[in-house]
This record gives sequence, structure tokens and C-alpha cells, in this order.
Amino acid sequence: MSENNGAIKKMMIILSKGTLENVYAAFVLANGARMEGIDAEIFFTFFGLEAVHKKKLEHLHVATVGNPAMHVPTMLGGLPGVEALASSMMKKEMEKIDMPDVHEFLDIMTASGVKLWACKLAMDMFHYKKEDLYEGVNDVITVGDFYKQSQGNGVHMLFV
Amino acid sequence: MEKIIAGKNITVNEEGYLTDFNQWDEKVGEAIAAEANVPLSPRHWEILKYLQDEHKNQVALSIRRIGKSGVTDIKEFYQLFPVAPLKTATKIAGIPKPASCI
Repeated sequence: MSENNGAIKKMMIILSKGTLENVYAAFVLANGARMEGIDAEIFFTFFGLEAVHKKKLEHLHVATVGNPAMHVPTMLGGLPGVEALASSMMKKEMEKIDMPDVHEFLDIMTASGVKLWACKLAMDMFHYKKEDLYEGVNDVITVGDFYKQSQGNGVHMLFV
Repeated sequence: MEKIIAGKNITVNEEGYLTDFNQWDEKVGEAIAAEANVPLSPRHWEILKYLQDEHKNQVALSIRRIGKSGVTDIKEFYQLFPVAPLKTATKIAGIPKPASCI
């Protein structure tokens, strides 16, 4: 940590969840790193892959069940349409604060030099092909490849 | 605090941003750019002028807005100001650092 006064040089973010709030957290952190002159890469694994799946990335939802901070009783959160309603409300609020939608956010990140990696194991498990993914995804790689990408001083890893 | 930039006494905050835009001129901008290792081309100046206009109009600056500005796109913005583009460009332009996360 004493190297360069512990300055962060690169953020390696692992996104394993496909709920809107987790996807945005990973995206804001990656884009925010680039804005500070810090490199950033995201490894999409398991449900995180939905954030770069062409057909799914526009349809991500917030979790209304098992999320106490939503202040929606769990029984209500599970009713049909509640998740969609909560998600559309959240998307409206996000637009108000100039937050891009998922697709535009991916465009912003790739234009900013954020590298996007899809996890090979999860791709195989969900039977996804590279063509199914957002065109800015750099490649489908193994966890070993991801660790190799993470070598160097000042690299931090974050699991979302 | 006071800092001598391009031979002038300029008031800056602890991060080096000008606190009074009236003290800014192109020579000051060039000196700050040189310190940040950004050689200024006519393209740079177009963007810096755009940022100053936006600031004058009290528009909150963000990377997303830069992308929609029609003046440049995000990719070129990062090419012209490779390290922390919005922070660096606003500093050169003599306007406050945007408090934006996006």
C-alpha cells in the first residue's frame, strides 16, 4: 500500500448480480474511476451477465422482495407488477438526476475506456453466445484471465 | 490561496482551481494545461470555451452532458484530456470542479 502513497491505479469490479441497484453501483464506480483518471474493468458473472445481454439489459429490475430498505412489506413486494412499478419509479428518479439508462451507461463506459469482460463459466451455464452480448464487451474470459488482467501495483478488486 | 500562474497572482483553492473566473485568461489556461501535461490544440480550446459557456449558464457539468453537447463526444474528450478529463478541463478553463458522479 505504500507504493505511490497507496494511490489507486485500477479498479477491477466483479458484477455478479442483475438487479438494477447492483448494476448501477458497479457502473457508477467504474465510470467514476475513469473520471478520476483511474483505470476500470468490469467482470460480468452469473446474473451480472444480464447487464450486458442485449435482450435483457433494458429490462433489469430493482429487488422488491428481501430488500428491507425498499420499505415494502415482503408479501406485497412479491405481488405481480410491484417489481415493475418500483423499477419504473426508480428509473424516473434516475432520469431526473441525469442518470443514463443501462444501454447508454454501457456506451459511456466503453467510450471512457472501461473494459468489459464476460465470464466464460457463466456464459456456458446460461448458454449465452458472444453475439448475445452488448457489442462493447471486450471478450469472454476465464477467471484466470481476469486475475492476470488484475496484476500490478495499485489495483483494487471489488465484488458487487 | 495565492499562486503565481503565467506571471500573475491568482487565487486558487487547495486543489488548484481558480476561485475567481475574472482572473482567468488564455495564458493562465495554457499554464495550467502545461502543468497537467495537456498541450492545447484548437480542438481543446473549442471544448474549453464550451465548458465556460455552460458554467456561465449555470449548467451542472457531467460526462454524460459532454457526450450530448454536440461539441465533442466522450471518446474524443478522453483522448484530448486523457487523465480525469472533466476535472482537468474545468481546471484549465478556470471554472469550479464539477461535483458530479456521472
